[in-house]
Amino acid sequence: MNPDASTIAAGAPIEVDLSPVAEGQDIKVFWRGKPIYISHRTKKQIDEARAVPVASLPDPQSDEARVKAGHDQWLVVIGICTHLGCIPIAHEGNYDGFFCPCHGSQYDSSGRIRQGPAPANLPVPPYQFVSDTKIQIG
Amino acid sequence: MSGPSDYQPSNPALQWIERRLPIMGLVHSSFVVYPTPRNLNYWWTFGAILSFMLGMQILTGVILAMHYAPHADLAFKSVELLVRDVNYGWLLRNMHACGASMFFFAVYVHMLRGLYYGSYKEPREVLWILGVIIYLLMMATGFMGYVLPWGQMSFWGATVITNLFSAIPYVGESIVTLLWGGYSVGNPTLNRFFSLHYLLPFLIAGVVVLHVWALHVAGQNNPDGVEPKTEKDTVPFTPHATIKDGFGVACFLLLYAWFIFYMPNYLGDADNYIPANPGVTPPHIVPEWYYLPFYAILRSIPNKLAGVIGMFSAIIILCFLPWLDAAKTRSSKYRPLAKQFFWIFVAVCILLGYLGAQPPEGIYVIAGRVLTVCYFAYFLIVLPLLARIETPRPVPNSISEAILAKSGKAVASIAVALVAAGALFVGTLGDVRAEEGGPKPPGNKWSFAGPFGTYDRGALQRGLKVYKEVCANCHGLSFIAFRNLGDPGGPGYSVAQVAAFASDYKIKDGPNDAGDMFERPGRAADYFPSPFPNEQAARAANGGAAPPDLSLITKARSYGRGFPMFLVDFFSQYQEQGPDYVAAVLQGFEDKAPEGVTIPEGSYYNKYFPGHAIKMPKPLSDGQVTFDDGSPATVAQYAKDVTTFLMWTAEPHMEARKRIGLQVFVFLIIFALLMYFTKKKVWADSH
Repeated sequence: MNPDASTIAAGAPIEVDLSPVAEGQDIKVFWRGKPIYISHRTKKQIDEARAVPVASLPDPQSDEARVKAGHDQWLVVIGICTHLGCIPIAHEGNYDGFFCPCHGSQYDSSGRIRQGPAPANLPVPPYQFVSDTKIQIG
Repeated sequence: MSGPSDYQPSNPALQWIERRLPIMGLVHSSFVVYPTPRNLNYWWTFGAILSFMLGMQILTGVILAMHYAPHADLAFKSVELLVRDVNYGWLLRNMHACGASMFFFAVYVHMLRGLYYGSYKEPREVLWILGVIIYLLMMATGFMGYVLPWGQMSFWGATVITNLFSAIPYVGESIVTLLWGGYSVGNPTLNRFFSLHYLLPFLIAGVVVLHVWALHVAGQNNPDGVEPKTEKDTVPFTPHATIKDGFGVACFLLLYAWFIFYMPNYLGDADNYIPANPGVTPPHIVPEWYYLPFYAILRSIPNKLAGVIGMFSAIIILCFLPWLDAAKTRSSKYRPLAKQFFWIFVAVCILLGYLGAQPPEGIYVIAGRVLTVCYFAYFLIVLPLLARIETPRPVPNSISEAILAKSGKAVASIAVALVAAGALFVGTLGDVRAEEGGPKPPGNKWSFAGPFGTYDRGALQRGLKVYKEVCANCHGLSFIAFRNLGDPGGPGYSVAQVAAFASDYKIKDGPNDAGDMFERPGRAADYFPSPFPNEQAARAANGGAAPPDLSLITKARSYGRGFPMFLVDFFSQYQEQGPDYVAAVLQGFEDKAPEGVTIPEGSYYNKYFPGHAIKMPKPLSDGQVTFDDGSPATVAQYAKDVTTFLMWTAEPHMEARKRIGLQVFVFLIIFALLMYFTKKKVWADSH
């Protein structure tokens, strides 16, 4: 009952061109049937994410550990709430990040859980920068 | 099942079979001469009702499966076409969907009856545990069945429930992948759920056989909780219990038919008429009403793993009930304290159900926590404690003594059951969407409302014209074929008119012999062409918001009625939230947004649209469409007509549904009365 060969093949890595995404915007792409949010964060969002003392977070993780060095403005997270799998809405909630409409979990501009029933941060999918404006997810 | 049968058929052929397979003797001893306590009340007919419902679900389900396509791209459409095109498909679907709710309603009554009269106590522990297993299987079956129509609530319900298993440490994620057959809920998930949804009912039937077997070994419990001692305490199963069960089933059918024919969507969620979309989560994910108490428990506990454990223990704890409640007296009838706590427990369950449908915020969260504690306290503290401190009233020596003492006091009436039914149906009250949307849509007088409602032919024809000249520029109507315009209960066009109407359209067909696609005039069998080739094109042409298909719009939109209106609606048969909303949105455009409301660029202010910012510009203005029949060319008239038309597209067989409903009701009432008088006659000398 595990995924069959065609499902696994369809889950191969994808490349995403980031050049059309302006600062403050974000796009949603699907990889393995999961929505992936790619946010081009503003300076304000980055500063907010870095100003929080890491130890005070429910799932402590620094913003630096969640983005690729040198590409700090780009946040790539799997847009599936870690509570029960709903899709959070970008640019909503009290933390300039994501808000899950199902059970009210709120994530900050680094995709970290700040408030609500979700136990963990939005996961960062495996990805790397192929060039300055292109990433490969998977 | 109660010892070796002395049944001897008189026919030699039957004797020959009986010597080799004593099946008739088994039936005879279990369902004919089987001694049943004389004092059983109507709450004991729910066993028969449940068997009936199981049979009904399997029968309708097998036929539905013949028309259903378990594929993510086809499932939603196949269900809609089944309802529209299959002979009595709408009836089959309503019977199956409402049947699930009625099945759960009956099982809750059956379980509470067992709880009240102590039917789980020695020697019936195994019988009770088998019942809990049946209930668990029913929950799994019901959940997977709800996924099959592949609407928004199906998809997101499946996502939320399968994600529960990810809370299990270490192996959780692998289990979830195994359930999905992929990296998320998708086509493989739908396929396996369909397979299991077909399998599990037969497992239930198997466990039901064990359940009945265990019942016939231990014997039935009864309202007084004393075992039958002499012949005088019992009556033979047939005709006494058979006819009484028959009457109970007939009354239950009345309630069932009320939903099938008059309130088919009362217990459902409007969101499930929107096809599944993995990219959009509905604002409030609410499970079916029968899971709500457990959903409330899940959400009350702030830790994910603990929440899941809490939810499952709420059911598993029932298995330990025979040992948690050590009181010697079985029936709560003779336990003054247990009786009061029982009713408090019932209230706790209903309130938990109510909370399960509310958004998890503020006072609801706190109330949910308090009630969750109450729920578990009933089993873990109250029942064990009562067994030690309570002084029960004296129990009668025998059943016949109990009957003499009662001397004709009326037993629990079906009327009580019906009132309880109304109170228990906490189903759709949770649709709180409108609370964010501002004012509620004003009510309208619709020709199709009420038990005898029919579509106004003139309004349907005018509405079709409005759709064709205005709405069709952006909105599709993909489930409607031109031939439907001539169907009985529709706009009432003749075959020639339908053909003429269809030939105005250009339909893409092909490929032809040269392998090219070509356009040809429409035929009656063609479906209304959609204005955009796909959703992305529709989105791109309309500023990012794809105009929804209108075939089901009046059923896919709703607004919360709130307490206590949802209870009133059950009796008044009000179910026009969708049409009221659609008509209100069409008329709700205002040129200037009120103070303090900012509308983003490219959106328009609409008083009734949730959030008020709608991407659709004001579609209707006075004089835009001219009617041949002299009806006023006003926005109000357009809105009313096109909404009537869209109600018809959402439910083309509504007139047949209400007409057959009336016939069924007349039949059922006469049938129930006949059963009642037969029952009275049969029981005349037994009370």
